[in-house]
Amino acid sequence: MANLKELSKKEEILTGGHRLCAGCGASIVGRQVLATAKNPVVVALATGCLEVSTTIFPYTAWRCSYIHNAFENVAATLSGVETAHKALRKRGRIPDEDYDFIAFGGDGGTYDIGLQSLSGAMERGHDMLYVCYDNGAYMNTGIQRSSATPRGADTTTSPAGSVIPGKSQHRKELTDIIAAHNIPYVAQAVPSNWRDLTKKVEKALDKKGAAFLNTLAVCPRGWRSAEEKGIEITQLAVDTCYWPLFEVEDGEWRLTYKPKEKKPLVEWFKIQGRFKHLFKEENKHILDEAQNYIDRRWKKILQLCGEEE
Amino acid sequence: MNKRVALTGNEAIAKAMQQINPDVVAAYPITPQTEIVQIFSKYVADGLVDTEFVTVESEHSAMSACIGSAAGGARSMTATSANGLALMWEVVYIAASTRLPIVMPVVNRALSGPINIHCDHSDAMGARDSGWIQLFSENAQEAYDNAIQAVRIAENKDVLLPVMVNLDGFIISHAVENLNINDAEEVQKFVGEYKAEHYLLDKENPITVGPLDLQDFYFEHKRQQSEAMKYAKETVKEIGKEYGKLTGREYGFFSEYKLEDAEIALIGMGSTMGTAKAAVDELREQGVKVGLLKLRMFRPFPAEELAKALSHVPVIGVLDRAETFSTNGGPLFTDMHYALYGQDHKLIDFIYGLGGRDTNVSHVKGMFEMLQKAKDGQPIDRINYIGVRE
Ligand SMILES: Cc1ncc(C[n+]2csc(CCOP(=O)(O)OP(=O)(O)O)c2C)c(N)n1
Ligand code: SF4
Ligand SMILES: [Mg+2]
Repeated sequence: MANLKELSKKEEILTGGHRLCAGCGASIVGRQVLATAKNPVVVALATGCLEVSTTIFPYTAWRCSYIHNAFENVAATLSGVETAHKALRKRGRIPDEDYDFIAFGGDGGTYDIGLQSLSGAMERGHDMLYVCYDNGAYMNTGIQRSSATPRGADTTTSPAGSVIPGKSQHRKELTDIIAAHNIPYVAQAVPSNWRDLTKKVEKALDKKGAAFLNTLAVCPRGWRSAEEKGIEITQLAVDTCYWPLFEVEDGEWRLTYKPKEKKPLVEWFKIQGRFKHLFKEENKHILDEAQNYIDRRWKKILQLCGEEE
Repeated sequence: MNKRVALTGNEAIAKAMQQINPDVVAAYPITPQTEIVQIFSKYVADGLVDTEFVTVESEHSAMSACIGSAAGGARSMTATSANGLALMWEVVYIAASTRLPIVMPVVNRALSGPINIHCDHSDAMGARDSGWIQLFSENAQEAYDNAIQAVRIAENKDVLLPVMVNLDGFIISHAVENLNINDAEEVQKFVGEYKAEHYLLDKENPITVGPLDLQDFYFEHKRQQSEAMKYAKETVKEIGKEYGKLTGREYGFFSEYKLEDAEIALIGMGSTMGTAKAAVDELREQGVKVGLLKLRMFRPFPAEELAKALSHVPVIGVLDRAETFSTNGGPLFTDMHYALYGQDHKLIDFIYGLGGRDTNVSHVKGMFEMLQKAKDGQPIDRINYIGVRE
C-alpha cells in the first residue's frame, strides 16, 4: 500500500478551485479514493453537492474523464461506460488496457432515489467501484432528510418542531443491503482513517466485478458543525460506533477497526447543531432510542464479523 | 443483394439490430417490444452478434446505460414501448441534449392509464419535444429500413442526435409480412464503424460530460441543439437517397399517394397509412379525387415541404393516433396548422385508434366522406373521434 508521502505527491484528479463549502467531507472522500487509482479513471457522479460544485460549465475540476447524467442513475450510467470499454476493447478500437470506473453518489442519490439503479448495476457485476458519500441528508437542495439521516436529526423536511422533534425514523443500513448482493467487495470507511480507506479502495479496485464503498462525509453546513473539526467529528462517529468500519470480502465480514473504548453517542451528537434540540429534557427518550439503535447495530456488526463483544 | 423473407415487425427490427451489430445494447422488456429483446438475447447467446448486451433492471437504466456507453464512444441501441418510454422520459431528454447518437426502436403502444398494451402513438408523442429525431413506419419493411438508416442519421457529425424508430405495436410488430432484407455485409458497409470525436475512453483527451450549465451557457447549447435538428433534416434526406441507391428503397420526409390531382386528402403516420391507401384506391375507382400523404419524419417536422406538397388540396384531414387534451385536436393537427398557416385550406382532425381500437377501410372512407362534405360547404366538426362510442 502507498504511504501518505507517496499519496500526497500524486497529481490530484479532483483539483482545487471547485466550489464546495470549506470543510466539505465529500471532496476529502473523493480525493482520498482517487489517490489510490492506478489505472486511467472514468468518474461518474450523481446529481448532488459534489457534482454541482465541481463542473460549472465551462469549468471542470476533474482531470480525468467524467460523466454526470442525472440524480438517480449514476450506477446505470457508469455501467454503460464500463460496457463501452468492454465492447471497444474487444473490438480493438481502444488500447487493450484496464480502467478504473468509479461512481460517486450522495446518500440521497444512493440510499433513496438511486437504489434501484445501484442494485441493478451491482447485481449485473459491472467492473466498477461505487462510492457513496453519506452526509446524512439532501444537502444540495438545502438539507432535507434522507433514509440515511440519523434518528432525531433536524433537517428542513424533518424539522425539530414543537410536536415532532426531528426525524422520526432510524437510518437504513445500505451497506448491509449491498452486501446482500454478494458482490466481491463491500466496505464502510471514513476519511479520518485514511489508511483503512486507502486499503479498502485498493482492494475494491483490484477485484474483478462490482464493489461498493460507503463513506461518512461530514457536511459542516447541514450538520451545523465546525468547518475545521470535520475529521475529528468523523472519527468520533467511528468511535461511538455510529459508523463502524468493516468490510465484506467475498462474503466474509471483517471488522477493520475496533474502538478501544466505545464512546456514548451523545458525544457525537453534542458537537452538531442538528441534534441540539435533543438535549432538551422532553426529548431525552430520543437520545436513548438513538443510543439503543446504535448498540443493537454494533452488536450485530460484531456478530457478523465474528468478534467478541 | 436483397433477400425476400417473411418476418414480423419485431423480427425485422431484431434482424436490423443483428446486421448493425452495435457495440452496446441495453434494453428491458415490455409488450409489444419484448420479442426484440428476446430475439436479440438469443443472437448474443448464439454468437450471431458480438454486441455487449446489458440486461438492465428498468428502462430508465436502459437509457442511462446507453447514455454512458454512447458517451464512452460506443454505438448504442435500446428499444421500448409506452410505459417504458415514459419511465425513461427524464433521460430521453438528456440523451438528446448530450448529443449522443443513440438509436431506439419504439414499438408504439398506448400510454397508461388505463393500462392497455395495444397500439396508439401516445408514447411517441410524449417524446416529441425531447430533441429526438422521430421516424414512423408503415410496415415491417419500413421499420427495418428506418432502423438501419437511423444509425447513419444519428452519427452524422453535424447532427449527433438520437433517433427513435416508431412502428405500430401488434399491427406491425406481431404481423408477419414479406419484406426485403439486405445482406449483412452490405449493412455493415452502409453503417460503417462508429468513431466518436470526443469520448470518455479517449485516454489522452479526458472530457467532462454533463456539467452544470447555468444562465450564461445553457441557452447557447439549446440553440445549437435546434441547429443540429436543422442539419438532421438534410441528413435524413441524404441518407434516404443513399439507402435508396443501395437497396432500391428510397426514403424522404414523406411519401405521396395519388395526391397530385387530389381535391381532398388525408395525412397521417404508421400502419393505418396502408389501410388508407386501400380506401383511396376504392374511392378513386368511384371517381372521387382523394389522395394521401404518409408522413415518415415527424421530428424534425418538415413544415415547408408539407405546405408545398399539399398546397393544391383545399380540404385536408389529419389522422392523429394520440390525444393532446388541449381540446384543440391531436398533435399532428396542431403541427399541420403551423405548416399550412397562411395558405387557404380547411383542416379537419380525426383522432382514431386509441388503445388499439381497430381502424379499417370503411372508417377511412368515412373520413373521406366527411372531408367531401366539408369541401361541399357542409358544416363538419373540426375535431372528430373515429370509431368510438359516444
Ligand atoms: C429526479 C430528481 N429529483 C430531485 C432532484 C433534486 N435534487 C438534486 S440533488 C438532490 C439531493 C442530493 O442529495 P444527496 O444525494 O444526499 O447529495 P448531497 O447533495 O447531499 O451531496 C435533490 C433532491 C433532481 N435533481 N432530480
Ligand atoms: S452543503 Fe455540505 S455537502 Fe454540500 S458542499 Fe457544503 S459542506 Fe459539502
Ligand atoms: Mg447527502
